[in-house]
Amino acid sequence: MSKVNLTVDLNGLELQNPVTTASGTFGFGQEYKNYVDLDKLGGVMVKGTTLQPKKGNPTPRIAETPAGMLNAIGLQNPGVDYFIEQILPEIKDKEFKTIVNISGNTIEDYAKLAAKLAKTEIDAIEINISCPNVKKGGLAFGTEADMAASVVQAVRAETSLPLITKLSPNVVDITEIAQAVEEAGTDIISLINTLLGMKIDIERQEPILANKVGGLSGPAIKPVAVRMVYQVAQAVDIPLIGMGGISTVEDAIEFFLAGANAISVGTANFVNPEVTMEILAGLEEYLNEHDYQDVNQIVGKAMNS
Amino acid sequence: MAQRVIKEIIDQQKIGPGYFKLVIKVPEIVAQAKIGQFVHIKWVAEDSGADPLLRRPISLNRINPAEGTMTLVYRVVGRGTKVLSKLTAGDKLDIMGPLGTGFSISEDTNRVLVIGGGVGIAPLYPLVNELVKQNKEVILLLGAESAEEVIDLSSFEEFDLELKVATMDGSLGREGFVTDYLAELEQEIDYIYTCGPMPMMKVIRDWAIDSNVAGQASLEERMGCGTGACLSCVCQVKIDGKDGWTYKKACTAGPVFPLREVIFDE
Repeated sequence: MSKVNLTVDLNGLELQNPVTTASGTFGFGQEYKNYVDLDKLGGVMVKGTTLQPKKGNPTPRIAETPAGMLNAIGLQNPGVDYFIEQILPEIKDKEFKTIVNISGNTIEDYAKLAAKLAKTEIDAIEINISCPNVKKGGLAFGTEADMAASVVQAVRAETSLPLITKLSPNVVDITEIAQAVEEAGTDIISLINTLLGMKIDIERQEPILANKVGGLSGPAIKPVAVRMVYQVAQAVDIPLIGMGGISTVEDAIEFFLAGANAISVGTANFVNPEVTMEILAGLEEYLNEHDYQDVNQIVGKAMNS
Repeated sequence: MAQRVIKEIIDQQKIGPGYFKLVIKVPEIVAQAKIGQFVHIKWVAEDSGADPLLRRPISLNRINPAEGTMTLVYRVVGRGTKVLSKLTAGDKLDIMGPLGTGFSISEDTNRVLVIGGGVGIAPLYPLVNELVKQNKEVILLLGAESAEEVIDLSSFEEFDLELKVATMDGSLGREGFVTDYLAELEQEIDYIYTCGPMPMMKVIRDWAIDSNVAGQASLEERMGCGTGACLSCVCQVKIDGKDGWTYKKACTAGPVFPLREVIFDE
């Protein structure tokens, strides 16, 4: 097997390979150290971080659904200061890029988070715009183009770190949001976040999740995610990190062909903690078998068909 | 260190209504397993095995380092356990473990009360075995719906301990709740261990607080990753500080928590 190039340059964020882990599914990386050689990962999007520590939602926080799961964790996290002081020193020297996913309830929250993180040794910021905007009655930032753009602008003003904006699929036209955040200065787009869903316990006759609604993830959402990556890839000029139900190397390749420059593995980590390493090995094999020298050669291939 | 291995099932038997006992040889995990820990398992399918998707956390009912085997006892409650129950000898199982923080035994305790309810009796066998080995005076109270659901009854009967059973249908022991025995305990208890349904453990916790007896409870919560990453399986536990409680992960900090600190859905 000849050596293929797996490095990808995402508008300035260079990854040693395009396999990353999705925020909220991989902790801060260390949780998986018994199963994965963390130094082999391209990047880790760490657990969603907020200005203040958050306890998160009551339980049950998780419900299994056909080929998927719903979650409503409620952003339980120790807060950005704790992350910077206690967790970052443990992971900053790893070979993977440390990408910090940030969440806020106001635009000011996002700006403050970016300002704090700009002074640290992290490699990039991922903006979670699926959070409710408390000043707009809880409507998610990511559901309106102008609100999404305002968040990106506010973060952009605070840092020159590579910015990734993570799009919500719970919108009418995802390409409109994608174009708005591109114009607002994001360097990269990641997509998709979870789809809003619900599961009801028919004996208790009430929703299973304490939060009632939750984010659907897992293989069930993959076709939706592939479609959205395909659409957004044609609507913007910046690189994409594709995610949504990726569980095998075949899934990952679909995303590259749809136009993703890198991929994130989420829920599949729960099912098989070693899945990222299997995808990485399988990707190299696929490229070899199909006589490619470089993973970048397959990006967007399905778009021209 | 926890690890993931794929091994063939040695044996699986139905042992009660909806109760199954599965034996698997997995020396690399058994060698490290401690009482009260669990494994996170998934059946291995030819295709992607995407449905049911998630692993299932199951407690260790027997840990046998000499043979390299472990026994898992579980009850079929949903689709995942139903799929598991159909597996037979030779089928493959994907196992992560050993996981979690299990039971600990203090040298300072002598008379120990162990209370199990339903499938929650399963992880108590290795505990009782160890307590007896350490010459503790054990009072064991077991509760279940019916006689058929009192797991490991004959094994427990072989130990030198005080055993009392309660069943809801009265088919074995006293009819009613196992916790009804608490009011009748004549001797002073040094320590309590419990695993079972939440309402049962809640009664035991309240009794433990009133009686000023410390203990440990093994909890169950819907689980995702099993590694501490996803924060799905958190339990409310009392701590010092502003709010007086925090969420702790059943998969890493638990499943065993200090009995009197647990807040049960209240």
